[in-house]
Amino acid sequence: MARAELMDFDQALELFEPVIGLEVHVELNTTTKMFSSAPNPANSAFHGAEPNTLVSPVCLGLPGSLPVVNGDAVRKSISLGLALGCSIAESSRFARKNYFYPDLAKNYQISQYDEPIAFDGELEVEIEGGKTFMIPIERAHMEEDAGKLTHVGGSTGRIQGAEYSLVDYNRAGVPLVEIVTRPIFGAEADAPALAKAYVATIRDIAIALGISEARMERGNLRCDANVSLRPRGQEKLGTRTETKNVNSFRSIERAVRYEIQRQAAILAKGGTITQETRHWHEDTGATSAGRPKSDADDYRYFPEPDLVPVVPSAELIEELRAALPEAPAARRRRLKGEWGFTDLEFQDVANSGLLNEVAETVAAGASPAAARKWWTGELTRLANASERDVVELATPAQVAELAALVDAGTLTDRLARQVLEGVVAGEGSPQQIVDARGLAVVSDDGALIAAIDQALASQPDVLAKIRDGKVQAAGAVIGAVMKAMQGKADAARVRELVLERAAAVE
Amino acid sequence: MSDELIRLTAAELGEKLAAGDVSSVEATRAHLDRIAAVDGAVHAFLHVDGERAVETAADIDRRRAAGEALGPLAGVPIAIKDVLVTKGMPSTSGSRILEGWIPPYDATPVTKVRAAGLVPLGKTNMDEFAMGSSTEHSAYGPTHNPWDLDRIPGGSGGGSAASVAAFEAPLALGSDTGGSIRQPAHVTGTVGVKPTYGAVSRYGSIALASSLDQIGPVTRTVLDAALLHDVIAGHDPLDSTSLNMAWPSMAEAVRRADVSGLRIGVITELDGEGFQPGVRQRFHEALELLERNGAEIVEVSAPHFEYSIAAYYLILPAEASSNLAKFDSVRFGLRVTPDGAGTVEQVMAATREAGFGPEVKRRIILGTYALSAGYYDAYYGSAQKVRTLVQRDFDAAFAKVDVLASPTAPTTAFKFGEKLADPVSMYLNDIATIPANLAGVPGISVPTGLAPEDGLPVGIQFLAPAREDARLYNVGGALEQLLVAEWGGPLLGKAPDLTAHELFATEEGAL
Repeated sequence: MARAELMDFDQALELFEPVIGLEVHVELNTTTKMFSSAPNPANSAFHGAEPNTLVSPVCLGLPGSLPVVNGDAVRKSISLGLALGCSIAESSRFARKNYFYPDLAKNYQISQYDEPIAFDGELEVEIEGGKTFMIPIERAHMEEDAGKLTHVGGSTGRIQGAEYSLVDYNRAGVPLVEIVTRPIFGAEADAPALAKAYVATIRDIAIALGISEARMERGNLRCDANVSLRPRGQEKLGTRTETKNVNSFRSIERAVRYEIQRQAAILAKGGTITQETRHWHEDTGATSAGRPKSDADDYRYFPEPDLVPVVPSAELIEELRAALPEAPAARRRRLKGEWGFTDLEFQDVANSGLLNEVAETVAAGASPAAARKWWTGELTRLANASERDVVELATPAQVAELAALVDAGTLTDRLARQVLEGVVAGEGSPQQIVDARGLAVVSDDGALIAAIDQALASQPDVLAKIRDGKVQAAGAVIGAVMKAMQGKADAARVRELVLERAAAVE
Repeated sequence: MSDELIRLTAAELGEKLAAGDVSSVEATRAHLDRIAAVDGAVHAFLHVDGERAVETAADIDRRRAAGEALGPLAGVPIAIKDVLVTKGMPSTSGSRILEGWIPPYDATPVTKVRAAGLVPLGKTNMDEFAMGSSTEHSAYGPTHNPWDLDRIPGGSGGGSAASVAAFEAPLALGSDTGGSIRQPAHVTGTVGVKPTYGAVSRYGSIALASSLDQIGPVTRTVLDAALLHDVIAGHDPLDSTSLNMAWPSMAEAVRRADVSGLRIGVITELDGEGFQPGVRQRFHEALELLERNGAEIVEVSAPHFEYSIAAYYLILPAEASSNLAKFDSVRFGLRVTPDGAGTVEQVMAATREAGFGPEVKRRIILGTYALSAGYYDAYYGSAQKVRTLVQRDFDAAFAKVDVLASPTAPTTAFKFGEKLADPVSMYLNDIATIPANLAGVPGISVPTGLAPEDGLPVGIQFLAPAREDARLYNVGGALEQLLVAEWGGPLLGKAPDLTAHELFATEEGAL
């Protein structure tokens, strides 16, 4: 649907109540796959491997091979379930979901059906601006990922028009937890922002638990957004669509907003919504129809006979519960208070996904303001310029060290930025770079005074102006001194000394 | 010499090898010669790798000469059912769809057999994907019963049973999903054991029905079965359903066999209508023999066994329809591209159409239907309830007796083609063997003689509680000893001389 045909968002909200439901897949970062000893590409140690090199007879579905459940994946799934406020099943079973597709090696996916490992949870989610919502969680279940298809020969990279397709089974068998919400009512105009904030909260939980790399751009975190509208005053839920391929936080918000506007436009004209899968297109900012989906999709689920039920002990569950980190919403409230940030400052950090970095930098001794400034400022700029991930550029310890050097007066902001470039280039710790590059501020007043006297002597007109009380004229002298010092001087101290000398010299 | 070597039991051959009376290379060559001589007529093997077998045998001989401590079966040749994947050796499961596929790994039972120093000769014929009771559903032609080449050798493991009955191998591995080890043993005068579910790893066994499949020994004597059982049993971390427990020696159970005071329950539901008179006659004679030697024979009822076949033919096809979905041409095996190429769906469909035989297609369709939304509860769900009831029948029976007994199968070997047109009558062959698979309990079939009316072999089946496999070897070993004493020699001594059929033998497999 063209942009012009969409209904205005506010108007759509007047006529309809949006109901959303979110399915989030979290790739676990276990060393090996869900059911085999093959290395797991969702663990950063194996990221980016050549196609079909992280495979075993099990993930290739070779005849005779059998799955064995990865205990670490079970523990991480339980931790995630607990963090989502879920009950953990005393006994849960795997089931086969049967369908033919070439990226699915066995032509069935081992998943969980009627007995998920975690169920009945709720999660507090805070949207931008500080409003919070409780999101009802229906279930979180374990399953294996499918392989990846690359369609070759077409112009779009889609299967339509392709000449052939290549299959990479590296991803086949990667452990996933699928988290399914109940229908979410009452978000109203906040529905798009809430969808985004919900997924961001799951990302924060996954990172805090250390169970996933949780990077959307790598597919560690994937979201399918269900959206339906019902006319104001109507009890019955409208027909929903499920939007897939939503690969960034921003696009979750945009996709939900788009679907609300698209569906409203159709319904307002008396049309009906088709129950279907829709694909989000980042470039056009629109969704397009995928395959029709009905509740009668028949996957012929039955209990996986190759696996025994997962029966975690009460001790294990309590052990994992005791090890849970603070809930993200509570943690954000605490940190915001401790740091004394304004709403805007705090959101600047949180929305950049830098909460952990700032917290660790503060823990390493930096002031919250300095930590925030370096991470969201210079480091983010360097990351954008080099198209790298900001968290890979420096460690919180390095940033804290840099801030300490600035506080001690060893570095000016300008020098500190040069040091940071050295850190990013891998030249060592800030102190090592200061030493190696000779970047420290010249704090020897003797050297400064000599330079000032020389500058004043060569610019008698300026000296005269200063003596006449035209203090702003000192700028020219300060500039000359800073140049002579190659920038390694504290401009404020130079200014003080210039005024002193101007008064003192004959 | 060669004929003597092939007629030795595995235990005897193992002793001669250990004593240095014979080398593994000699024993292996004797069996390869036998295969060359008779397998053209029997067709027990789908693949024979003589060269590799002799190399393996020579390696064992070298290790023995170097003083290495070897197991009791080291150097003894073995045939492997084609359902088990073997590294570097074709593994088709009797299907066209796997023709030419060479697995990159060994099934765990094969790994264990190799580690114990046994010498794999090749792969034996079977009904396609182990679906059948006659080997007539093999994509590569049927195996012939060494007792009468016009008759079936049982199935699905007819190849393994025929190979030991025809003295082509002293030992073989089989798989038993509903009787595929025990029923062929019954019709070929051999011994077959289905261990407790989980006793032997299923890793590398091309799955038919995962909750029913079990790998086990196929041999000519109970002691040989026990020796092989001791080699292949044990926990495997690659199979989640494999039992993690310490097993007693089955071979010891045979050597100490004693039935005095043993309570044997005769299942009344498996001792009447539908069973051939000669089968029942030999069954009751065997029971009387055991009774005369101290066993107590009691009648027990298993009222839900009559629903076993119905439940089995829902659970098996349901699991099989899913297990066989992987045969889609994408990663291995046959690929058929329809005229004018096509989509991946068309290639998958054309491959499965060409690669699967009619019995396989029948069961895939049955299973797909049974699992469909709206039918699941009525079919798969009900079948699982029957399964629970059958397990309860066993529990109640084993509260009263130590082992249960029945004829292994209703009839002696039938002629080729007799039951092909009527799947249900084919399915009824397994009426006595299926309950054990549904309940996961172990079973053995031991020869009891020849049916008077047709002179063909028949067997008795004993069943024991789960994990009590040793009881089967005790009672089976005792009965075998008593019968062989009565007969004045092993039953297979009465089998026809197959070398008369030498003219049918092909050059293939000859050294």
